[in-house]
Amino acid sequence: MVKKVIYGNHAVSYGARDSRVEVIAAYPITPQTQVVELLSEFCASGELKAKFIKVESEHSAMAACVGASAAGARAFTATSSQGLALMHEMLHWASNARHPIVMANINRAMGPPWSIWTDQNDSIAQRDTGWLQFYCSTNQEVYDTTIQAFKICENDKVLLPGMLILDAFVLSHTSEVVDMPPQEEIDEFLPPYEAKYKLDLDDPRAFGGLMFPDWYYELKYKQHRSMEKALKIIEDVGREFGERFGRYYGLVEEYRTDDAEIVLVVSSTVAQTSKEAVDLLRKEGMRIGLVRIRTFRPFPKEKIRKIASKVDMMIVIDRNISFGSEGVFYTETKAALYNEKSRPPVYGVIIGLGGRDVRVEDIMNIAKKGKNNKLEINKINWWGVKL
Amino acid sequence: MKLTIPEEELMYEGTVDCQGCGAGLAMRYALKALGKRTFVVIPACCWSIIAGPFPYSSLQVPLYHTAFETAAVVSSGIKAALEIKGIDATVMAWAGDGGTFDIGIQSLSGAAERNEDIIYVCYDNEAYMNTGIQRSSATPYKAWTTTTPRKYPKARPKKNIDEIMVAHEIPYVATASVAYPEDFIRKLQKAKNIKGTKFIHVLAPCPTGWRSLPEHTIKLARLAVQTCIFPIYEVEDGKYKINIKPKNPKPVEEYLKLQGRFRHLTEEDIKEIQEATNRKWKKLLKKEEFF
Amino acid sequence: MEKTVKKRRIFLMEEIKMYEVRFHGRGGQGAVTAATILADAAFHEGKDVQAFPMFGVERRGAPVAAFMRMDTKPIDIKTQIYEPDCVVVLDPTLMSVVDVTKGLKENGKIIINSSKDPKEFNLGKGKVYTIDATEIAIKHGLGTKTNPIVNTAILGAYSKAVGNVKIESIEEAILQNAPRKKEENRKAAVEAYEKTRGE
Repeated sequence: MVKKVIYGNHAVSYGARDSRVEVIAAYPITPQTQVVELLSEFCASGELKAKFIKVESEHSAMAACVGASAAGARAFTATSSQGLALMHEMLHWASNARHPIVMANINRAMGPPWSIWTDQNDSIAQRDTGWLQFYCSTNQEVYDTTIQAFKICENDKVLLPGMLILDAFVLSHTSEVVDMPPQEEIDEFLPPYEAKYKLDLDDPRAFGGLMFPDWYYELKYKQHRSMEKALKIIEDVGREFGERFGRYYGLVEEYRTDDAEIVLVVSSTVAQTSKEAVDLLRKEGMRIGLVRIRTFRPFPKEKIRKIASKVDMMIVIDRNISFGSEGVFYTETKAALYNEKSRPPVYGVIIGLGGRDVRVEDIMNIAKKGKNNKLEINKINWWGVKL
Repeated sequence: MKLTIPEEELMYEGTVDCQGCGAGLAMRYALKALGKRTFVVIPACCWSIIAGPFPYSSLQVPLYHTAFETAAVVSSGIKAALEIKGIDATVMAWAGDGGTFDIGIQSLSGAAERNEDIIYVCYDNEAYMNTGIQRSSATPYKAWTTTTPRKYPKARPKKNIDEIMVAHEIPYVATASVAYPEDFIRKLQKAKNIKGTKFIHVLAPCPTGWRSLPEHTIKLARLAVQTCIFPIYEVEDGKYKINIKPKNPKPVEEYLKLQGRFRHLTEEDIKEIQEATNRKWKKLLKKEEFF
Repeated sequence: MEKTVKKRRIFLMEEIKMYEVRFHGRGGQGAVTAATILADAAFHEGKDVQAFPMFGVERRGAPVAAFMRMDTKPIDIKTQIYEPDCVVVLDPTLMSVVDVTKGLKENGKIIINSSKDPKEFNLGKGKVYTIDATEIAIKHGLGTKTNPIVNTAILGAYSKAVGNVKIESIEEAILQNAPRKKEENRKAAVEAYEKTRGE
């Protein structure tokens, strides 16, 4: 076991290395470059026996992964923002073709204007492509989730691609302590990828050809059913990971929700900062907790319903915006609760777009405003906007 | 003393390029050559930053920042709009090697095939410098970059973008170097008066990525030409003309040894590079003869 | 309203035993590496740590900042550092361009790479410590005369001035993290530790 102080980006590289990825195809984009640079070094030194295709664009990066996965290899890539957007066509392809590719996306704001700082719009815009999405909040989680993602995605019942998501700079370029188990133990947890369906000389088949309306619909049903089955598999894998390595993971992370009257619904690094806010507010006597949404796709509706049934108020904090609508975690939280017999008022707050720093005081003040019924319901609460 | 290049500055002082940046120089010369009636399009590259963050712009001409792979096609769109509105001006795409040789090649090939009336300048620092020195297909053979570590340096030769552009049969293709500003400016002024796609490839050394001294930028840009590693030539309507013919080409080692990105080269490597350079130079001389 | 805010501020400061450091340098001088090495050193003493650069576009020679925080309990927050306990200045020429004392806590410490005596600095706040890290770096052959690598020397000064990370831990972290001239870098830190001036 190795415990090291490493960047979030390097946590991804180590995770991919220890997952024994076989084909990497990547294109540089700030702030992802360290992920692929370290993987380049691992490949060069022989530490990682993988083929690294230095493609000429992100669209090609995903296309190369699709090819590699189709031929039965464990494929991996990393990107961010504009690059993820350029990949969009091939993201659909990867999921529809049922390739369990794993990708790290560094959440970075979309241009123009050019921005290299964090918000969630890039990954949120891909929520309909059929990829699993995991929002990570610490470097340890980034490392652990990279490994778990392969196990989850490669599961026969899932066979869908997955993206693990980390905030630009606040995680990608921040050094934190990460504990990395010995390779043998990871190998036991994550065996080599044995593709159920692959391009095979001994069993020649055609993949992806024309399909008439008489059967396309059933494929989509199956794709969605796999997403639903993934809900349980994510929890099973997270539990097994905990039993082996001491760190448990699930669809969500609850923090001091047991007797909470108010619950914040948060994600990514904002969730970490919010924990500090919750502690301080608790000291002041507020009965507050938070639920960190780790898995956004599939969306953990049951978990949200369960928490909602016990509280007086939920405040969803989005670091994204769906123009013409509202924050997306907000929409999905409300949608999960709409048909429940009893449901609390749910407020939506937008914060930190374009990487504006989210501070402990911000979260505390949001909670207090909510408690004093000063947040606007059915309206977007734009926190800290200067206009 | 007589000034042999236009005097007017169309670029402000105080830009944030690294010490010794070749790309900064190149833009300064380019704007002098083309003048005020110029629209500049910049995709993701070092110049996205050198142009200055909000609320500044370091250029005294209109500038559009665009997505990485789109310099040639966004320029085409702007030119089309100007034409339909009867506005006479130059549209210049200003891209790095990554946005030209790699991710931008599709839209560049498309624009060239359609012979769009734009000037496309590729300032070549031979790697993805803005994102931290990763290899591009413009990276020279055996160079170190962060994705071609010293143990496994770049295994493939530099992509010959100039010949690719010549193959598109556009009216004008030229190479240039920041060490020969009069030649670079002359070429841009010539391009300005030609209708159709004009492609100019200018070598712009990068001390940060080449691991060279900032004060050696011009020296390196000159040595690249004098060793015949980066020949200066133009192809006008398919006719080749080599503008600078070193009488006694300098050995490539003189150029390579000034750059940390080549410090791992063995004698054999240098010999190999010398032979490849000689072959390429001979080939170019023959082309000039035949075409 | 103002009163309540102040009260809360003090409350927060009492609660947080975290120690936050900000480094100022120019791109290429190793300010970011300094923060990382310090984090590694503190980590090896059993603390939880975070280190990160100023999140921006770095150009050679341009002012950069780097940050680290350490705590005896796990660090959750993921925010910028606004009120550092200590500021480390790798290049004193920055002081005319950048407000290096911005946000520095009242009793904060400021460590400057300079041949001057601390008394010669009138910064208005903070306890000043100085060390001629440039001289030490050049002496040990770190970097060049025009671009000396002063980051390891200045970490030695940090250890002496602040005292919350032992010099032995810094030496160990340097040996593990320095890409080249490990011994020379270590020696530079030790020499700086001995020669740091200030109360």
